[in-house]
Amino acid sequence: MKRTIAGSLVALLLAAACGGGPGGGPPAKLTDGKLVIAVINDQSGVYADLSGKNAVEAVNMAVEDFKAKYGDNALGGTVEVLTADHQNKADVAQQKAQEFYERSNADLILDVPTSSAALAIADVAKAQQKLYINVSAATTVLTGKSCNKYTFHYAYDTYMLAQGTGVTVTQQGGKSWYIIYPNYAFGQDMESSFRQAVTAAGGTVIQSDGSPFPNTTGDFSSLLLKAGSLKPQVLGAMQAGGDLVNVVKQYNEFKLKDQNIKLAVGLLFDTDITALGQDALAGTVYTTPWLWNMDDQSKTFADKFLKRTGIRPTFAHAGNYSAAWQYMDAVRRAGSDDADAVVKQLEGYKFNDFFIRNGFVRAEDHWVQHDALIAQVKPKSEAKETFDYSKVVSTIAAEKASRPLSEAGCSMPK
Amino acid sequence: MEYIALQLFNGLVNGSFYALLSLGLAVIFGVLRVVNFAHGALYMLGAFAAYLLLQDFGVGFWIALILAPIGIGIAGMVLERLLIRRLYGLDPLYNFLLTFGLTLMIQDGVRLRYGLQGQPYPAPAELAGSVSAGLVAYPTYRLFVIAFSIVVCVAVWFVIERTRLGMIVRAATERPELTRALGINVDRWVTPVFGFGVALAALGGVLAAPMRNVSPLMGSELIIFAFAVVVIGGMGSIAGAVVAGFLVGVLASLAAIFNPALENVVAFALMAIVLLVRPAGLFGSLEARS
Repeated sequence: MKRTIAGSLVALLLAAACGGGPGGGPPAKLTDGKLVIAVINDQSGVYADLSGKNAVEAVNMAVEDFKAKYGDNALGGTVEVLTADHQNKADVAQQKAQEFYERSNADLILDVPTSSAALAIADVAKAQQKLYINVSAATTVLTGKSCNKYTFHYAYDTYMLAQGTGVTVTQQGGKSWYIIYPNYAFGQDMESSFRQAVTAAGGTVIQSDGSPFPNTTGDFSSLLLKAGSLKPQVLGAMQAGGDLVNVVKQYNEFKLKDQNIKLAVGLLFDTDITALGQDALAGTVYTTPWLWNMDDQSKTFADKFLKRTGIRPTFAHAGNYSAAWQYMDAVRRAGSDDADAVVKQLEGYKFNDFFIRNGFVRAEDHWVQHDALIAQVKPKSEAKETFDYSKVVSTIAAEKASRPLSEAGCSMPK
Repeated sequence: MEYIALQLFNGLVNGSFYALLSLGLAVIFGVLRVVNFAHGALYMLGAFAAYLLLQDFGVGFWIALILAPIGIGIAGMVLERLLIRRLYGLDPLYNFLLTFGLTLMIQDGVRLRYGLQGQPYPAPAELAGSVSAGLVAYPTYRLFVIAFSIVVCVAVWFVIERTRLGMIVRAATERPELTRALGINVDRWVTPVFGFGVALAALGGVLAAPMRNVSPLMGSELIIFAFAVVVIGGMGSIAGAVVAGFLVGVLASLAAIFNPALENVVAFALMAIVLLVRPAGLFGSLEARS
C-alpha cells in the first residue's frame, strides 16, 4: 500500500514539475534543449527588400508571440533564430544550409528566395533529414521533381500565380498574349505555367520571348516595340524585382495601354509598387497569397510589423511569420523536435491563421494549399496611407490555386 | 520596316548613354591615364541626386539636369585631390583597385539608405507625351535624350578640337612631357578634367532617371558596356568614344530584332573583332597609348 502511495506521489510530483502552461499537455522534448530556426535569404541583393532582414524580424515576432501564448517553456527549451545571407547563389545557400543543420543543430530552415538556391537546400534537407519550409521561392519543382519528405512549400508558386492572373485576365477578354520572361529557372517556369493556364482558359499565347538575365542595360524597349507590332491584347511580364520595375516604366513610356495592350504582371510585391510609384501600376491585376490590408487580423499583424520595421509587410514577411508559427505549433503537438515526428504532425494538417486561409498540408507533395487572392493596384487618390496600395478583387479557392497532384510529378519517398 | 526604324531609335537612345559615359571615361583616361572604375557609381549618384532634389526639395528635372552634374562633378574633384592623385606615380592597377573599391563603398552606402529596389522618378511634364510613329507612340522624352546627348557630345568635341583649352588638354594627352617643356602647366588641368568627366557621368544619370529604375546597382551594370565602348573607340579618343557609343547602341538594338539575348553580346563581340583588326581601337593611335 505504502509503495503505491509513494509511487503515485512521485507521479504527481513529476506531473507538477513538467505540467504544461495554458496549452495543457506536457512540453515538447527537445533533443538538445533548444529549438533552432535558421532563416536563409537574400540580405544584400535584389530580393533583400521583399524578404531579407525584415523576414528574420517576422520570425522573431512569431517566436515571441508563440511564447506569449503558450508560455516560455511550452516547447521545453529556448527557441533560437539564426540567419544567413545566401546572396542568391545556389552554392552559398547549400553551404550555409549544411552548416546550420550540422554545426548549429538547426531544426528548421526557413524562407530562401531564388529558385535555384531554394532547390539546392531541398537536397540538403533530404540528405540531413531535417525540416525545410520554403516561403519566398516560386518554383513548382520544390513540390514536383525535387520533392522530398522534409521539404515543404508554403506561400505561393508559379502555378498559383498563373491560375490567378493568367486565367482571370484571359476570362476578362484578354485572349491573345505576348509573354516576356527573364531567361532563367524562375522565368522559364513562369512562362510555361502561364502558357498552360492561358491556353486552358481559352486564350492563345502568340509568342513569348526571354529577356537576358541579368539585363545589364535595363532596357526592354525592343521587346516592348515587338509587343507594339504583334498587337496582343495582353502583355504578360514575368520579370521580378528591378527588371519588372524597368518593364513597367517603359511600358508606360511607350503608352502601350493606349493601344489596348493590357499589362499583366506575373509576380508583384509591395516593394515593387514602392519603387514604381503607385500610379504607374494603377489598375494592374495580379495574384498574391496575402495582402496586409485584406482584413482585420492581417491589419493587426501589419500594425505590429510597421512598429518594428517601419514598413508594411510583404506577403513574404507575413508568410515567414506564419510558417515559423505553424512549425512551432507542430513541435508542440508532436511533443518533440524530432523531424519525422514533426513531419507526421504537419502532413494532412488543416489550419487557418492570419496568413493562411483554408490551409491544408498535402501529404503527397508537401504543398501547403490555401486560398489565393486576385488583387488590383489602386490609384494613389484612393489610398488611405502610404502603403495602401492594393485591394482584393476576388478569392481563388485553395483547391483551384493548387496544382493537381496528378500534374505534380512528385513521388514522395516515405 | 517601321519596326526596324523604331528599333534604330531605341539603339540611339541606348547609344546616347554609352556615348556620355564613355566620353567621360575617355576624357579622364586621356589626361590622367586613370581607368575610372567608379564611373558607373557616379552615374548612379547623378540619378539619385535628381531623385533627392525632387523628393526633398521639390526641384524638378530641368534644374536637376544642371545642379546634379555640377554637384557630383565637384565631389569628383574632391575625390581626385584626396585619393586618386596619390597613386599617379604607381602602376595603373592601383588606381583601378582604388576606384573599384570606391564603387563598392558608394553603392553599398546608397543601398543601406535606400534599399535595392529602386526609387520612382517621373519624366518632366513637357516631355511626358509621345510622338505618333505608326506601330507605337514613340515617347518624346526618348527623342529628347538622343538630341540632348548629341548636342553635349558635339559641344565637348568642339571644345576639345577647336579651342585653345582643348588644344592644351589634347597636347597634355598625347605628349605630356613635351607640353610641359613648352611651359604649360599640365597638372593644373588634371583636377578640372576629372571633375568634368565625372559631371558627364552624372548628367547621364539624371537623363536615365525617368527611363530606368533608379537603384544603387544601375551603374555597375552599365559601366562594363562603357568600357567595351571605350576600347572599341580607342582608349582616350574623344570622337572614338562617341561614335563607338552610338554604334554599339544601334547594332545591339538591331541584333535584338533577331534574338533578344544578342543585345548583351554585341558590344563584346564587336570589341573582340576591333581588337583583332585594329588593336588601338577604331579612332585610337598606338602612340597615344604609350
